[in-house]
Amino acid sequence: MNSRTMRRFQGYLFISPWLIGLVGLTLGPMLLSLYYSFNEYDLFQPAKFIGLGNYNTMFFNDRLFWISMRNTAIYTMGRVPIVMGSSLVVALLLNQPIPFRNFLRTAYYLPSVVPAVAMYIIWVWLFEPQVGLVNYFLSLLGISGPLWLGSIKWAMPALIGMSIWGIGGTMVIFLAGLQGVPEHLYEAAELDGASAMQRLLHITLPMVSSVVFFNLIMTIIHSFQVFGQAYVMTSGGPAYATLTIVLYIYEQAFNWFRMGYGSGLAWVLFAVLSAFTAFIFRSSTPWVYYESGGRA
Amino acid sequence: MDINHRNGTVPRRLVGRIKGMVFRSHLMHSMIFAVALLGALVFIIPFAWTVTTSLKPDAQVMIFPPKWIPSPIQWRNYYDALVRLPFDRFFLNTAIVTLTSLVGDVIVNAVVAYGFARMDFPGREPLFYVLLATMMLPSQVTMIPVFIIFRKLGWIDTFYPLIVPSYFGNAFYIFLLRQFFRTIPDDLEHAARIDGANQARILWSVILPLSGPAIATVAVFSFMFHWQDFFRPLIYINSTHLRTISLGLQLFKTGYGGTVYNQMMAATVVCTLPSLILFFATQRYFISGIVMTGMKN
Repeated sequence: MNSRTMRRFQGYLFISPWLIGLVGLTLGPMLLSLYYSFNEYDLFQPAKFIGLGNYNTMFFNDRLFWISMRNTAIYTMGRVPIVMGSSLVVALLLNQPIPFRNFLRTAYYLPSVVPAVAMYIIWVWLFEPQVGLVNYFLSLLGISGPLWLGSIKWAMPALIGMSIWGIGGTMVIFLAGLQGVPEHLYEAAELDGASAMQRLLHITLPMVSSVVFFNLIMTIIHSFQVFGQAYVMTSGGPAYATLTIVLYIYEQAFNWFRMGYGSGLAWVLFAVLSAFTAFIFRSSTPWVYYESGGRA
Repeated sequence: MDINHRNGTVPRRLVGRIKGMVFRSHLMHSMIFAVALLGALVFIIPFAWTVTTSLKPDAQVMIFPPKWIPSPIQWRNYYDALVRLPFDRFFLNTAIVTLTSLVGDVIVNAVVAYGFARMDFPGREPLFYVLLATMMLPSQVTMIPVFIIFRKLGWIDTFYPLIVPSYFGNAFYIFLLRQFFRTIPDDLEHAARIDGANQARILWSVILPLSGPAIATVAVFSFMFHWQDFFRPLIYINSTHLRTISLGLQLFKTGYGGTVYNQMMAATVVCTLPSLILFFATQRYFISGIVMTGMKN
């Protein structure tokens, strides 16, 4: 082997763990999952090919599929603006030269470090209808709070609302973006008499639009995949009010061992997510500004 | 500065305007501080509420309006909570899974990242794009077949499904390490190569010693992920003695939740503490790692 072939070979050798993982744990399983989605398979009997049967059932004969898709859409539409809006506002506030800035940043980030299940349990307790803190604060305002997680109407808003506690990661990415905006732009605008609002609208937001775009994509992807809250806090209830698509996939595959049907659901989720992401990528050109003129 | 050139001195009107601006900006910053502090309070109160609940005597848990300071403070809740379920075992299991996965995450991803950062081979760029693309892939499209494969291997109700994937690379960690490796000057490697060092040796004795912060970031993220992982233990672990703390907490909630909130909060505090301590100890790496996720676009 000459030294060039040798070096190439070494390159593949170095990335081989990932390559094996890519084939064995990602691409292979993806194809398998597509294959299973055309089968009836319960782990114990051999898989039985049923063509589009699973998809047919899903679209035309499964009320829970549509309920779970609808719930996931509601969750996403509720959570995305809350997370995007509040994390941007907090990042803007914490980017100002105010006292105790680092302490405040830590305070806002801290909930994001709490292990997921611990966070769900804390929120179950906060949403406790009789003596929980949420309804206590509402009572101070003269509002008698709902049953929250026990209410068909309020369980989903509760899950959406608590996501504000987890804005830390998004906020930190916004902060990094804000710190990258050159100071001289603000100085020039200030001397020209631009108000704080004008500076925000005409300098800050355009300069961080690529970060907004990134956070938007990631927040949507994460929202679509909501599972833990619904599983731990409400078990999808009451009356399927918080049954999300990933929870439904979990139940089909791991409670009822309908591996084929679960795979089909997963592929539908994947298709919907891909379509969404592609749509946002396409629509991004007019409003996302890249300083280098580069692409995403 | 332009103004200076034109008029020789700064016009009085402008001085007034700058003074006004300074005053207004002080006022504005005070207001911003007040708003930010109020918001931060909302983020911190649930922590305080959790801790105070965990120390309450049973009779003070379900009272309205809530009592903020428990009297007397009942430390026994911690003991009662942790013996109600075998939490010592859950801790041990979680530590085993977390640490063995962490070793894989650090070593394997460093090696792969070095391959992508520094070695030349056909298809390197396209493969790197594939790597980036896999970060966007929802795990649901692979989890069912992966479960079936691990089941065929006889790995259900063992730690293998929780640990072994960490030895086959993780796209995000590879990306993070590769970006870091690329900032290390080439000259060092050339010098080592002239001295006859091979690639593995260069990675080990030139690159890694210079990559402390990046390695630390991966280690911290890996710890946080495995420590709190819920989904994979949920589908792979059945036996009580193999459960991790996430499963333990969930079991506590379904088993006793509505009745003993003080003990449930005590268990929650104990399971959260390691993550919080690690966060405070390594904040710098943590934040830089999150910023990296935002940089990939």
